[in-house]
Amino acid sequence: MTLIAEKKTITYREAVREAMSDAMRNDERVFLMGEDVGRYGGCYAVSKGMLEEFGPDRVRDTPLSESAFVGAGIGAALGGMRPIVEVMTVNFSLLALDQIVNTAALYLHMSGGQFNVPVVIRMATGAGRQLAAQHSHSLEGWYAHVPGLKVVAPGTIEDARWMLATALDDPDPVIIFEHVGLYNMEGELPENGAPVDLAKAKLRQSGTDVSLITYGGSLPKVMAAADELTQEGISADVLDLRVLRPLDIPAIIDTVTTTHRLVVIDEGWKTGGLSAEIAARVAEDAIWELDAPIRRVCSAEVPVPYARHMEQAALPQVADIVATARALVGR
Amino acid sequence: MSETSHLHDLLWQMLRIRRFEERSAQLYQEEKIRGFLHLYIGEEAVAVGVMGALEPEDAVVATYREHGHALARGVAPGSVMAEMYGKVEGCSRGRGGSMHLFDADNRFYGGNAIVGGGLPLAVGLALADHLSGRRRVTAVFFGEGAVAEGEFHESMNLAALWDLPVLFCCENNLYAMGTAIERSESQTHLTLKAASFEIPAWEVDGMDVVAVEEAAVKAVESVRSGGGPHFLEFRTYRFRAHSMFDPELYRSKEEVGEWMSRDPIELLRGRLSAEGLLSEDDWEAMEEKVGAEVDDAVEFAEEGSWEPVGDLSRFVYSEVGGR
Repeated sequence: MTLIAEKKTITYREAVREAMSDAMRNDERVFLMGEDVGRYGGCYAVSKGMLEEFGPDRVRDTPLSESAFVGAGIGAALGGMRPIVEVMTVNFSLLALDQIVNTAALYLHMSGGQFNVPVVIRMATGAGRQLAAQHSHSLEGWYAHVPGLKVVAPGTIEDARWMLATALDDPDPVIIFEHVGLYNMEGELPENGAPVDLAKAKLRQSGTDVSLITYGGSLPKVMAAADELTQEGISADVLDLRVLRPLDIPAIIDTVTTTHRLVVIDEGWKTGGLSAEIAARVAEDAIWELDAPIRRVCSAEVPVPYARHMEQAALPQVADIVATARALVGR
Repeated sequence: MSETSHLHDLLWQMLRIRRFEERSAQLYQEEKIRGFLHLYIGEEAVAVGVMGALEPEDAVVATYREHGHALARGVAPGSVMAEMYGKVEGCSRGRGGSMHLFDADNRFYGGNAIVGGGLPLAVGLALADHLSGRRRVTAVFFGEGAVAEGEFHESMNLAALWDLPVLFCCENNLYAMGTAIERSESQTHLTLKAASFEIPAWEVDGMDVVAVEEAAVKAVESVRSGGGPHFLEFRTYRFRAHSMFDPELYRSKEEVGEWMSRDPIELLRGRLSAEGLLSEDDWEAMEEKVGAEVDDAVEFAEEGSWEPVGDLSRFVYSEVGGR
């Protein structure tokens, strides 16, 4: 394969690292802290090599004190810094839920507009690497429930590279969810990338027969499903939400208005989840556009198990997405 | 300021908190103030003594029992009262109420009603100063109840590990709501907990404003000059109920009476009078000045306005151009 001169091949992991290093080179206020981000190089090797470039003050290893170091990130943001706080996985972030939900999300409103919190919190989410139930859940929907937070989920290498800059520029707390299944994903990164608008979903493929709405780790699965559907003569409109709060409702309504059929694909559970929210919004705002019931492909309502065949059985799969879309268009 | 006028100032600061809160309790009965109202009466010496040791560029993080801290830090009494009324002229635009007083101008970061929740925040404010090379101090107040929270231990460890300029001010009033310290802590000598993190710590008579100030000045100097975090345990007592809904079944009238005989205001007043440094006229003048300030605060709150309901969704996210 010949590379085009303006592109380079890079992994999702490297894209996140490049985004952080770039931000730290450009802005003295930016620093990274979290468990094992320094000497160890990051639990998922995202920050490997950064300690050598930026030193221990700015690539700051923390004790296993999620509440204290996430809260310290919030406090440092209030004190004028632009911290990037890494939490190993969303499951661990529950130990910092108080600081994220009771402090970061509330301070601006509770102080009548005086104290905004420009902190960025990155965390891994999702299953597929046989890490069992306490390292594999997709709880981003919980955070998306909370007013005051912005929640994003880069599902492509380009978004992994460029969402951070916008997140750091944002005056309010932004949580970035990186799906563990994406870190090794390799692809081309255009050299002329630019910061991503954190208000907009993005259409990844245009189609006319069925809308597939998804985000994050499920995006590659949905793209693969869309390819299969194309071969069967079914044209899918694929909308990548990218931003889970605030949701880009106009983009959701647009795709449904185009295809009149909707499948939502979300690795979270159905009950009380993001997929439920999207279905409800479509039912509220565009029910007369629908030619068929809304369908959802989500994780089974079980804790994610360890054994590979069981884990895979619990997660949305390409075949499930294809079958659901096919049934919806009546083929 | 001469020594005498400084002592008068400490007495005046405590008295204005006392009278402000007595009026607040009245206004609560009149249903002008709603929600939870936690009075600081009895503990005034702690806030007054510590605030006196801080500089304007320092930061303060307080709890939900923070009227005294806000007033002693310099937040305008009218804006505190208006906040409790829920008026838009309040220091948090009526969004916070009694438990969530904020004031950017005085670097007053709340008003945090999650017990222990303010400690990580204080560590972060201090981290920002440390990383920016500023010689500022962050003072964080919390009750002894917070000592049972994980966030206390995590924050003490982090502050000590990173040598951050935090002054931990533990207001030990012996009861976490209705739970006596002996019923919540296996180790009731709280300074030993600080010592386990290698944080310098000492116990202070929290009813003696002069002792509080002395300890705070010493600790703040050390923190500011790079001595790392310090921990002060102030032995104090809440004279009133936990909140306005508390029948006080958990402590005896005798115990309350004993502590009330060491009322921080009466202690200093008595001492000054005995030494001939405070005349009856001085005291009456002070009462008059304080009374007028409280009257003005109430008038300010009464005359305040309600935020338009149309503004409900403001300040969920930042607005371009700020407040």
